[in-house]
Formats: sequence, C-alpha cells, structure tokens
Amino acid sequence: MHVTRDFSHYVRSAGEGLQHIDLAVEGVHCAGCMAKIERGLSAIPDVTLARVNLTDRRVALEWKAGTLDPGRFIDRLEELGYKAYPFETESAEEAEVAESRFLLRCLGVAAFATMNVMMLSIPVWSGNVSDMLPEQRDFFHWLSALIALPAAAYAGQPFFRSAWRALSAKTTNMDVPISIGVILALGMSVVETIHHAEHAYFDAAIMLLTFLLVGRFLDQNMRRRTRAVAGNLAALKAETAAKFVGPGEISQVPVAAIHPGDIVLLRPGERCAVDGTVIEGRSEIDQSLITGETLYVTAEQGTPVYAGSMNISGTLRVRVSAASEATLLAEITRLLDNALQARSRYMRLADRASRLYAPVVHATALLTILGWVIAGASWHDAIVTGVAVLIITCPCALGLAIPTVQTVASGTMFKSGVLLNSGDAIERLAEADHVIFDKTGTLTLPDLEVMNAAEIPAEIFELAGRLALSSHHPVAAAVAQAAGAKSPIVGAVEEAGQGVRAVVDGVELRLGRPSFCGAETLAGDSTLDPEASIVAFSKGSDRFVLSVRQGLRPDAQAVIAALKARNIGIEILSGDREPVVKAAADALGVPEWRAGVTPADKIARIEELKRRGAKVLMVGDGMNDAPSLAAAHVSMSPISAAHLSQATADLVFLGRPLAPVVAAIDASRKALQLMRQNLWLAIGYNLLAVPVAISGVVTPLIAAAAMSGSSILVMLNSLRARSASREIV
Amino acid sequence: MEILVILVPLALMLGGAGLVAFLWSLRSGQYDDLDGAAWRAIADDEPPQEAPAKR
Repeated sequence: MHVTRDFSHYVRSAGEGLQHIDLAVEGVHCAGCMAKIERGLSAIPDVTLARVNLTDRRVALEWKAGTLDPGRFIDRLEELGYKAYPFETESAEEAEVAESRFLLRCLGVAAFATMNVMMLSIPVWSGNVSDMLPEQRDFFHWLSALIALPAAAYAGQPFFRSAWRALSAKTTNMDVPISIGVILALGMSVVETIHHAEHAYFDAAIMLLTFLLVGRFLDQNMRRRTRAVAGNLAALKAETAAKFVGPGEISQVPVAAIHPGDIVLLRPGERCAVDGTVIEGRSEIDQSLITGETLYVTAEQGTPVYAGSMNISGTLRVRVSAASEATLLAEITRLLDNALQARSRYMRLADRASRLYAPVVHATALLTILGWVIAGASWHDAIVTGVAVLIITCPCALGLAIPTVQTVASGTMFKSGVLLNSGDAIERLAEADHVIFDKTGTLTLPDLEVMNAAEIPAEIFELAGRLALSSHHPVAAAVAQAAGAKSPIVGAVEEAGQGVRAVVDGVELRLGRPSFCGAETLAGDSTLDPEASIVAFSKGSDRFVLSVRQGLRPDAQAVIAALKARNIGIEILSGDREPVVKAAADALGVPEWRAGVTPADKIARIEELKRRGAKVLMVGDGMNDAPSLAAAHVSMSPISAAHLSQATADLVFLGRPLAPVVAAIDASRKALQLMRQNLWLAIGYNLLAVPVAISGVVTPLIAAAAMSGSSILVMLNSLRARSASREIV
Repeated sequence: MEILVILVPLALMLGGAGLVAFLWSLRSGQYDDLDGAAWRAIADDEPPQEAPAKR
C-alpha cells in the first residue's frame, strides 16, 4: 500500500506565484539554532523566505509555487536535528495577536502624546512661578489640547469600549471610573483653557492612559504567548489520520481535512484521531483516555471508537462519524453543557475592588463640590476642585495592581510548565483547598512502563527490547523504550495477536503472549501485579515475564506529600476498577478514594464538597473528566489529556512530572497575596492624595508626580511575583 | 519669544515623525519576534538570502 503525506491543507498562497507554510519547530531556543535552520532551509533552491520566529518557535517558509513539496522542509529540518510539524493558526490565536497589536498601537500613540504634552507642560509649570505671559500659557495649553484630545480619543478606545460594554450590561468595572476620570479631566481642561486658567490637566489624562496601556499590553502579550505555545503543542501532537483516497491508496492527512463518511485506517499502536465505527478488522483498543478504564476493550465490526483511543493489536478500518452521533460522547457533552451553565460567574478581584471603589470615589467628588459651595466658593471653583479629586483618584495604580501581577505570575508559571487558559484562573487557583485527582493519565503516566525491569538480567532485557522494535504493539513499544533498544533484530517475524519471534545465533527468541512463549506457569505466578499486562520473553529454553503497566508519575508521592503539607485535602475519583485505584491510592497514601465513578458521580461529589464550602481543584485528563473539570472551582489537566478536557481546564501542565500542580498553586497564592498588597498600596496612596485634592491645592504637577509615583511603586511590587519559590516539594 | 514660532512646530514635527516611525515598524512586523530580534542583532552572519546581493 502506498502512503503519501498531504500538506495541502496547510499551504497557502502568498501572492506573486509564491506559496507559504508555517511550521512549528521543536527545540529551537538560541541564536545558533536560528541561524542553522535559516541557512539550512535557504539552501534549498527556489526557497524565497525562511525566517525563524524565536518567540513563537516557528518557521515561516515561502517558495515558488509548484516547485517544492513541503514535506521536503520537514525532512531537511529532521536532518538538521529538529522535529517540525505543519501548523495552522487557530482563529483564537489570530484574535489575540490582533488585539495585542492594537494595544501596542494605542500604547505608542499615548506614549508619544504624553512625551509631547509633557514637553509643553513643563514650560507652563516653570512659567507659572516665573514670568510667563497669560497668552503664552494659553497658547501652550491649546497646543496640549491639540495633541492630547485626538490621542486620548484613539488610545482610550480599549477603556471606553469596555466601560460602555459594562454600562450597557448594567454592571460596572474598573474601566468605568477610568473612562469617567479621563473624559472629565480632558473636558475640564478645555473649559479651563477657554477661561485662560492657570492649570490644565491634559498631561495627567494622557499619562494615565499610557500607564494603564502598559499594564493592558503586558497582560495581553502574555496571553498571546500562551496561545502560541498551546498552538504549537497542538501541532506537535500532529493529529493526522490515514485516509483512504483510493482503493489501496492511503494519504496521511490532517484531522481538519477529514469529514464524516471518510474511511480511515487505524494501525496497531496508533491513537485514533477521529470518532467513528469499525467497519472491518478485529483488535483490542485502549479507551483509558475516554473512560479511565485501563482494561482493553475488544473492537470488531460495529464497535464505536472515539478520538483518543489507542489501537493495540490488529488493523482496523474505521468509518468516520460526526462527533455527536456517538452515544458516550453525547452523554458527556450533555453533562458538560449543564456544568458550564451552572458555573457561577466568578467575581474577579479587580471587579470586586472597582465595585467598591467607583461609588466611594464618585461620592467623594460630589461631596467635595457640595462642601465647597456651602463653604462659599463659586460653582466654578467647586467643580474644578471636584474634578481634581476625580483625576487624582483615577485608578491608575488600581488598574495596574492586578494585571501586572498576573503577567509576572503567568510568566513564572509558564517557566515551570503551566499554561493558563483563563485570566482569572490564578485567583481561583489560589483559593483552592481541596484537590480531586483522576487516576488514569493524571496520577499515572499515559504511557506504559516495564515495572520489573530491574529483576531481568540486563543482556536479556536488551535483547527483548531489540526484538520488541519489530512490533507496533504498544506493550512492545514500552519494552523497547525501557530497554533503550536502537537496532532491530534482522529477520524478526510478527505473528498478529501473538508476538514477535526471531532466530539469533541459532537460538530462537520469542516475545509476546505467555502462551506464545510457553511461559504460562511463570505468568500465572500470583506475586505478579494483577493489573499489569504480562508479556513473556523466551530465549531458547529460558523464560522471563515482564510486567507492563501505566506507572505513577515519578514525583506523584512527593507532590501528594507537598499538598498535604499545605493543608490541602486530597482525594482520588477514578473511572477505573477498584483494585487498581486502591493500589495507586495506597502507594500515594491517599485514604480517600473512589473507583468505578461515572462522570455524573464525579460532578455529584464536587457539588457535595461545594455545599460544604470547599474550593475544589479538579485535576483530570480523560474525556470522562471534562464535565467535572467544568464543575470544579478551578481545574487543571496534563498536556496529554483529551481535547475536550484540555479545552475545559483552566490550566494545562506540560511534561511527565506532577510537580507543576504544586508549583502553580504556590505561584498563584503568592500572586494573590501580591495583588492584595498592590490594592492596599493603591488605596494607601489615595488616602494620602485625596485630602490634598479635597482641600483644593492640587496642581497638575502634583497630580502627575503622584500618579506616576504610585504606578511605578505598584509595578515594582508586582515584579516580586517572579521570585515565587522554585523549591516545590 | 519669536523663536517659538519655529521651535514649537519643529518639536511637534519631530514627535509626529517618531510616531509615524513607530507605527511603520509595528506594521512591518518588527515587534512580532522580540526574542529573535535580540539575538539577530549580535549574530555574526549576514542572513543568507541577503548575502549574495551585497557581495
């Protein structure tokens, strides 16, 4: 059978007879890699552009249309020592990039306007205490207005829009007081300028926007970066399926290009990338990613298979069905929808702060005006003082207090291998006081391990590993991996459903089912782990058995201990059978566990804990965990998780260790503490500044100094989130 | 103080030029890969696709 690779889905036209493809590349991390890749790819004739993006770990390639097969770039990168995957930008990521650019543009406009208005303000400030003529001052004020008004109209858009959205939804957020402050400051300054007054606040208004935009941009940039990494990881998983494009001809195509009704080939050791029904073939499939159950299920004609299932022994032909047809998925989707609807909208710290803040500030301004009028001041003077109160309390520091910490904290988490899916995840994670773990794929590793490798003589184990290279069976793959085997044995023959055999130096070697190797008595040994898959190996008349199973994550025990030390409740809810779950729970020292739990049961348990006031962190990977991930206060899943679960979880962690769970909890707690500190700093600043404003002695100079001082203080304090302890357990 | 007639428009023009330069650099994608740009500045080699044209 002929297999081709089809990249046409990823290639797009770049105009002028050029074609363009983006590749996500693994392992690019320095300038050397960048130069090596660009030089290596440009050496291919007809390549017109090869440019590495080191931030996003991607390569953009352009070449003369029709002259090259994109597969050649991937092969070339492979020769250079990098694994590359074709890549398609998700619409979510594109939106983040566009938003990020827009904010940067606003920031640029605001920053340039601030600098130029400041240049005009400083002469006015110094002129006011020396010999400036009123006409000159008016001229400078008018010039400031000329710069500040259009700049604020443009650069203020992110705030005005968000404030308008909040007001139309009859709620309030931090952008409402910001917008009011900026608009009033500008409006009053124009009126004052018309009346030839001494003070105008154009500089304060536009500087406020600049500081706030810095915070916004940093926040957005971090989000964009997380998206880019998530996009790369999706490409690295390289989800393709072997689709029949003709009788006996198969093309390896991306999942996005597969439609219901297509027929795909599922070979042993492959993970199914689509939902469908078996139409031909017989095999065993591992559905642990779907149900949490580690026992293999028999698949034959008519058996439904789900994306994420691993095919174990035989080759299957699968007819692709639309996702919702599958009954199991429909049930999970229904539970997930319910859980998402029931999810009470979490009140972010920033929103809670602004809900308290806005009325207090606006009331203070109003009382100031009334107070001055009662005290006998003119309406004009009273209103000017009232607006000065609003300007000085405009939540510059308050607006920065939370996003800056979030940016720094998500950067720290990013470095320890945790990606954030939602903005308020840090706050919610910091409150978590009870962790529910799924077992399969979460506490255990998704791939199989040889548990008794140490009991087998090294040279025998190596031989078994080399023999295992000739089989696609996942258990064989695990043996080969564990033995670190590189060179397959020449002339090895695989007997479907039985095992592999070969003759080396006149001695027959066999690896496979115990019956295939004549090792039934050994395999029946009761001391072996009852949950493991037993694979036998024979060399001549010597017999050995290997016990293969999903092992616990290397640091699972330490992580559980670390969580206990932090006074966090722990329990295990698994869809797997009781003995397996019990063994894992005992090994980890977790007294609270339940086995054979359905998705609905998991939700019920979470609801029960919620009623008792616990804030539950759910950590799970299976499709069956998706509804409970949505139902929990906050949720995490490993990168190996099913699509649905990963999309539902608030945080995603990378790699084999479980330590990122603790690292994320620590980082988020530290971050929440800093957010609170920042809020107090901002409030403290207001307590100092407001009396000055109420008494009516605030000048634009004082406003500018106070505003930038408090903003810088808050930003510096946020940087402390970086030093969140690297020691995890 | 007549000098203001020259200095003020000059200052505004310089500021405007800076802004235009910034918007241009943003549009031409110079902020898309800040990590990479930091390294490119100190890289030894000319980018290969431009090298032949210069020699």
